[in-house]
This record gives sequence, C-alpha cells and structure tokens, in this order.
Amino acid sequence: MARILIVAEHDGSDLNPSTAKCVSCAAAIDGAEIDVVVLAANVADIAAKAAEIAGIARVLTVERAENENAVAAILAPQVAALAGDYAYVFGPSTTFGRDLMPRVAALLGVNQVSDIMSVEGSHTFKRPIYAGNAIVTVEAPPDTVLIATVRVASWPTAAAGGSAPVEAASADTELPVHTRYIGLESAASDRPDLQTAATVVAGGRAFGSEENFQLLYALADTLGAGVGASRAAVDAGYCANDMQVGQTGKIIAPDLYIAIGISGAIQHLTGIKDAGTIVAINKDEEAPIFEVADIGLAGDLNSAVPELTNALSK
Amino acid sequence: MDKIIVGLKRVVDYNVRVQVRSDGSGVETDGVKMSINPFDEIALEEALRIREAGNANEVIAVSIGSADAQQQLRTGLAMGADRAILVAVDQDLDPLSVARVFQAIAAKENAGLVMLGKQAIDGDNSQVAQMLAALWDRPQATFASGVSIEGDTARVVREVDAGLETIEVDLPAVISVDLRLNEPRYVKLPDIMKAKKKPLDEIALSDLGVEAAPKVRELSYAPPAARQRGIMVDDVAGLVAALKDKGLV
Ligand SMILES: Cc1cc2nc3c(=O)[nH]c(=O)nc-3n(C[C@H](O)[C@H](O)[C@H](O)COP(=O)(O)OP(=O)(O)OC[C@H]3O[C@@H](n4cnc5c(N)ncnc54)[C@H](O)[C@@H]3O)c2cc1C
Ligand SMILES: Nc1ncnc2c1ncn2[C@@H]1O[C@H](COP(=O)(O)O)[C@@H](O)[C@H]1O
Repeated sequence: MARILIVAEHDGSDLNPSTAKCVSCAAAIDGAEIDVVVLAANVADIAAKAAEIAGIARVLTVERAENENAVAAILAPQVAALAGDYAYVFGPSTTFGRDLMPRVAALLGVNQVSDIMSVEGSHTFKRPIYAGNAIVTVEAPPDTVLIATVRVASWPTAAAGGSAPVEAASADTELPVHTRYIGLESAASDRPDLQTAATVVAGGRAFGSEENFQLLYALADTLGAGVGASRAAVDAGYCANDMQVGQTGKIIAPDLYIAIGISGAIQHLTGIKDAGTIVAINKDEEAPIFEVADIGLAGDLNSAVPELTNALSK
Repeated sequence: MDKIIVGLKRVVDYNVRVQVRSDGSGVETDGVKMSINPFDEIALEEALRIREAGNANEVIAVSIGSADAQQQLRTGLAMGADRAILVAVDQDLDPLSVARVFQAIAAKENAGLVMLGKQAIDGDNSQVAQMLAALWDRPQATFASGVSIEGDTARVVREVDAGLETIEVDLPAVISVDLRLNEPRYVKLPDIMKAKKKPLDEIALSDLGVEAAPKVRELSYAPPAARQRGIMVDDVAGLVAALKDKGLV
C-alpha cells in the first residue's frame, strides 16, 4: 500500500479543479491509498466537494482562522506535520502548489519532484525540463517521503461520484506571523477558466491594443472559449497577466487552441504542447507557430477574426 | 537593510533551442551560448534599484557552479553588484543543497533580503527560493512583479493564477522574481572595465559546512513528443470547414 496525501487547492469557498487532477496522478501509483487534505478557515463546503472525487479514501480537514488565505509559510508547517503518515505528498503545479510544496519539502529535508507528467514506477517519473524541450526520467530516493507537484495539464480530471468520509485532522504547529496577506486583484470574467476550458483562443502582440483584443473576446464568446495571450500581449498591457500562456504563464491542454497573431516562440509553445488541435492565424506564412499547427491560416487577423466570429455564430 | 544577496545561475541562453543528445545522456551543452538565468538578471536589477533608492548598502551576487560561472558573476558586477561569490562545485547541485548554500551565505553575511529567480530555465524546478525561506525560517514572496521596501518590511505583488496578489513580509525575507518586475539595464563598456576590479571570491562547498541532500536522480532524457505540421487552409471558410470536419465546432 502506498499512502498518498494530496493538498487541496481552493479559493476559500470552491475547490480548484487541479485537486482532481492530482488524484488522477496519485491513482497511477501502484497500491495508492489517497487522502486529500483541506486547510481552510471554513472547511465544510470545500471538504464536501473534495469528498465527491472518486477514488479517494478520506478527506482530512484542518480548520484554522490562519488558513483563510493560501500563505505558503503558514500552510507548509501544517502539511509537514501531517506528512509523517504518508509515503507521498502531492500538490498541483499551479502557482498555489509551486509556492507551497517546495517549502514543505525543505521542512522535511528532501528535494521535490516538480511537474510530474507521467508515473513510470513507484519512485520514477517523467517531467519536462528546458521549457519542455527535453523530458527527463527521474528517480526519487525510495527511503524518504516523496514530495511532488503534479503537472495538471498532463492529467485528466478524476471522476466525481465518490463519497469519502471527512475527518478533522490536527496539525497543531506554531505558525509564523512574519507574512501577511493583503489582497487579490483579479480581472473577473465570466468566461471559462483558462486552465480547464475545452476551447481556448489566444492573442499575441499583433493585436496592437487593448481595444483590438475585443475582436478576440467576441470570438471567444461565440465559441464559449477561455481567453489566453502571449507574453508580449500581456507585457504590452493589452490584457491581464493571468491570461499568459507558456513557460512562465499557464500550461494548458484544451481540446482546441486557436493562436492568433502569435509567432510561436518556444516559451509560448511550452504552454500548449498537450493541446488537442492547434489552429494558427498569422499573416506571416513562415511563422514558427505553423510548424506545430494542425490547421493554419495565413492572413490578417483584423479581417480574419471578425469573419471567423461571424461564420461561427451562424 | 544592509545587504542583499542575489543568485545568478549560469544556464543555456534562453534563445537556444535545446537538443537532447542522441544517446539520451543529457542535453547538448557543448558550444552552446550560456547566460545568466533571465529571471536572475531581473532579481539583480531589482536589488540594484533597492540599493540605489537608499534602502540597502550592498548587493552581493552569488553563483554556485563550475569556474565558468565567473563569466556570469562578472556580468553581474558590471551591471552594478558590489562583489561576487562563486561557490565552486564540479557537478550540478540539487535545489535543496543550493538552498542550504544560500542559507549559509545569508547567515554569514547577515542578509536583509535574498533575491532569486522564480525558476532556473534549465531544470525548471522552481524550488530554491521556497526551500531557502523554509530552512532560514523566514518569509517567502514568490513570483514577484512588484516590490517596495518600507522600513523593516517589504510589500510584494505576486503573479498568481487568479491575478495579482499582494502580501507584506517582515525582513529578512526571500523574494523570487517574475519576468514583469523590471527591465534589466544594459551593461556598458566602462562598467565591464570597472567590474574587473571588483572582488570575486571563490569558496568551496566544504567551507560553508553544507551537506549535500538526497538527490532526485536523472536517469535518461528524451525529446518531447513532436507535433506534426498540419494543413494550411486558404481562407476563413476553409478554416471553418476543417474545424467542422474534426467535430470541433
Ligand atoms: C524566460 C522567458 C520566458 C518567457 N515566457 C513566455 C510565456 O510564458 N509565454 C509567452 O507567450 N512568451 C514567453 N516569453 C516570450 C517569448 O519569447 C516571445 O517573445 C513571445 O511569446 C512573443 O509574443 P508574440 O508571439 O505575441 O509576439 P511576436 O513574436 O512579436 O509575434 C507576433 C506575430 O503576429 C504576427 N502578426 C503581425 N501582424 C499580424 C496581423 N495583422 N494578423 C495576423 N498576424 C499578425 C506576426 O507575423 C508575428 O508572428 C518568454 C521569454 C523568456 C525570455
Ligand atoms: N547554481 C545556482 N547558482 C545561483 N543561483 C541559483 C542556482 N540554482 C538556483 N539558483 C537560484 O534559485 C532560483 C530558482 O532555481 P530553481 O529552483 O532551480 O528553479 C534561480 O532563479 C536562481 O536565482
């Protein structure tokens, strides 16, 4: 039996889909017995959602006022205190997990396996390096607890329909006061979440302005798609930073990705390697994006995008 | 604060299209352009701006690696670091051991801030800053896109999946920086000449009393599954037809 603890990601009220992806990864380990831990100020709703993930043994809860926001320095000692009962502790490769899990690993005196793409054995995994230009097979030491982040774009969402028991756990550790959460500025949008949307349309520098990004939003709304962007578009202020796709943005795996006015730099392509179908619209026939696109259209986005929106809304 | 420590890792330049060696033993690094990890350059730039604003006295650039990393440290000195430390190792160290090195140096120098990149673009681990903060028992502010020093605290804007998060941390602290924090300055020729006279100390891992951590071993390397070039369509009508064909719209 391999006891695995997954640290649930949530925003204080809703469970993040990344948690169910971690469960899929954990379930790939032979003899996995999977627990999910919810650390929050109010655990009930989140724990109830977590309990519905099929294939988990228990949901543990740690309810403390200090857990109101995800501050790694506060969560890490609690997770480390729980880790003693487990052979593995997993978190997602989202900014939440990337911030938290290495801090847990260091408290336990071990290295972390970052971004698990596939499970090859009890302690061997594949993970991307060099912006995904190489895949390395790594082996973690078998005699210590294994801390890892799961590359969420590589794993399906575990099925729902479970009913795991929910138990309060105690992680009575002293918590630091040196780090204070101030607030979150979020570009609220009703569009599907970039990291879980089935279709994503993305725009690059070629849009030229924030106003012109409206062309992209109109297309997205016609398709019910999430909206992404290249780093150049974000840097130029055409859209919010949380829309960036790529090595330093979000790594996504939609069924359909439509890249518009994006050249296809390696750092961008890293973010879409696992997309089902890639469509590219670019006025330069030589643009590198066409080397990876399943369907390419050489043309000017200023006419092609409205035309496409129009054709699809019929 | 008195001192800021900045990590400068020597990595394959971000413009190089990295190739896996045909025998799967690693990636090709022979004859390949090497540079400062781009995030680390941003960390250094921010440290320099903090010093220039009068909020720190000294910026110390640290690299852990082979003697070749002197080049990157010299570049860091030319950018404006006051001195540099090369921790000489003959093989790639794991992130926890690197964090232990930074902890030893931070303690020895009594650092007020350690500024690192959010990830090294070779291993893409994104671990060292968080690990250092844990070992040092200090705050961490990862993925920073805004830093302001206010007395004994720092206010940091972090790029997170949901948007921009602001936290306040007591100093000393560890900050890992994201790409949008600043634009690093260009190095000018006179700065390069001046940098030659700045101190660059070389120390051994054993001088710091750092014990190497249990390693995650790298067994073999492979290129990623390649995507094939698909079809080109002539116009929007062709695109719509192709999408319908695949059942995607
Ligand atoms: C360490 C590091 C990390 C990075 N991380 C990321 C990342 O996470 N994500 C990311 O995206 N980038 C990242 N980058 C930046 C990356 O290298 C590229 O600079 C960036 O992706 C370019 O964005 P772009 O394709 O929008 O712009 P450009 O490269 O300028 O391309 C614009 C494209 O639009 C086309 N075009 C112009 N006008 C039109 C028109 N009217 N109609 C149609 N097409 C048109 C052009 O032919 C061109 O191909 C990173 C860089 C570094 C150094
Ligand atoms: N060998 C090294 N020398 C100097 N700094 C390093 C080294 N390794 C990692 N770092 C620092 O730690 C950051 C994160 O690295 P990593 O956790 O390996 O992705 C880098 O951006 C550097 O600032």
